[in-house]
Amino acid sequence: MSGGTPLLTGRGLHKRFGPTPALRGMDLHVDAGEVLAVMGPSGSGKSTLLHCLAGILTPDAGEVTFDGRRVDQLPDRERSRLRRTELGFVFQFGQLVPELPVLENVALPLLLAGRGRRAAVATAFEWLPRLGLDGLGQRLPGELSGGQGQRVAIARALIAGPRLVLADEPTGSLDSVAADDVMELLVTTARAEHVGVVMVTHEPRVAAYADRRVTVRDGRVVQPAAVP
Amino acid sequence: MTISYALLGLLEEADRHGYDLKQSYDRRFGAIRPLRFGQVYRTLAQLQRDGLVAIAGVEAGAGPDRKRYSITAEGVTDLERWLSEPEDPQPQLQTVLFTKVMLALQSGRPAEAFLDHQRERHLAVMRELTMARRGASQSDSMLIDYQLFHIEADLRWIDHAARRLGTLAAELRR
Repeated sequence: MSGGTPLLTGRGLHKRFGPTPALRGMDLHVDAGEVLAVMGPSGSGKSTLLHCLAGILTPDAGEVTFDGRRVDQLPDRERSRLRRTELGFVFQFGQLVPELPVLENVALPLLLAGRGRRAAVATAFEWLPRLGLDGLGQRLPGELSGGQGQRVAIARALIAGPRLVLADEPTGSLDSVAADDVMELLVTTARAEHVGVVMVTHEPRVAAYADRRVTVRDGRVVQPAAVP
Repeated sequence: MTISYALLGLLEEADRHGYDLKQSYDRRFGAIRPLRFGQVYRTLAQLQRDGLVAIAGVEAGAGPDRKRYSITAEGVTDLERWLSEPEDPQPQLQTVLFTKVMLALQSGRPAEAFLDHQRERHLAVMRELTMARRGASQSDSMLIDYQLFHIEADLRWIDHAARRLGTLAAELRR
């Protein structure tokens, strides 16, 4: 799993919102194909970290490196290109376009990448059964259960062949049975595609799916206190 | 206690020999701790003394397995009563953790380090169980879920306690 250069590294990350520090010297790395859980209570800086890693936010200090490139120094256009081509995203909710049927939601990253509509939708169609979404292609997001919606989001996150999926509380709004289904599908499908996953969660049950786990508190990664 | 009722339940389904009872028990309930033959025969003897099972037949041959057991009417009544009575929750592990935290605080030892290490252990076991559940049968996976939810409850207590160590220590010093 490890060895060689990590795919994504955050080093000495600081970020504050007004007077409130969210990240205070955060260090973190993810290896290619690794499933990493970032745990911590709410307000510990987990989501800010994820946004900095994705280049959605720029850290006040520190470096984010993706495959040798300094994400924090890339111009906006390059960053959104990186997000489109190398990264996939799964959020807690509200990420699907409500006016578009499932099939087109899944196809969206391919359409944004310039793939023709017919080919994009055909590829999306092939993804549905992999996430147990057979027959739901024409439904609108509002007609899906919470778990189905998250599975659509996972298909969309993976369809364009990213190298890393960033997931923020991917099961946050689900009951435990749906949450287990979603996690199982996220982790097994990502592994089958050799895609790494960084998931931010406060739920131990979700973190238990990861290869590795780090805990964030007060804007830093904490190591467990040493036993004397 | 639970074993007696599990055996009664299996006998309610069908008359069985001791060996068959052990196999059926292990298949259905014994994923974590299979029964020993000694336990089966001891429990059956006790159930027979209490009039809850009876010997339905004895086949020719040697060994304890010649006897075929069946549940009696009293056995069915007792099983029904047991099934319908709610159990008191048993917060056992929590009292161990609680005692360790209190002792650490009282003696000035680092309670936070203890909680951190306990949290790590709990999370590691959750991960092992989650991996074991992959590909498990539906009933095994239900049993693993039962463990997972209990570990999760412990973890909530550990986090809760960790946030209150300061006030707890102050109270103990008073």
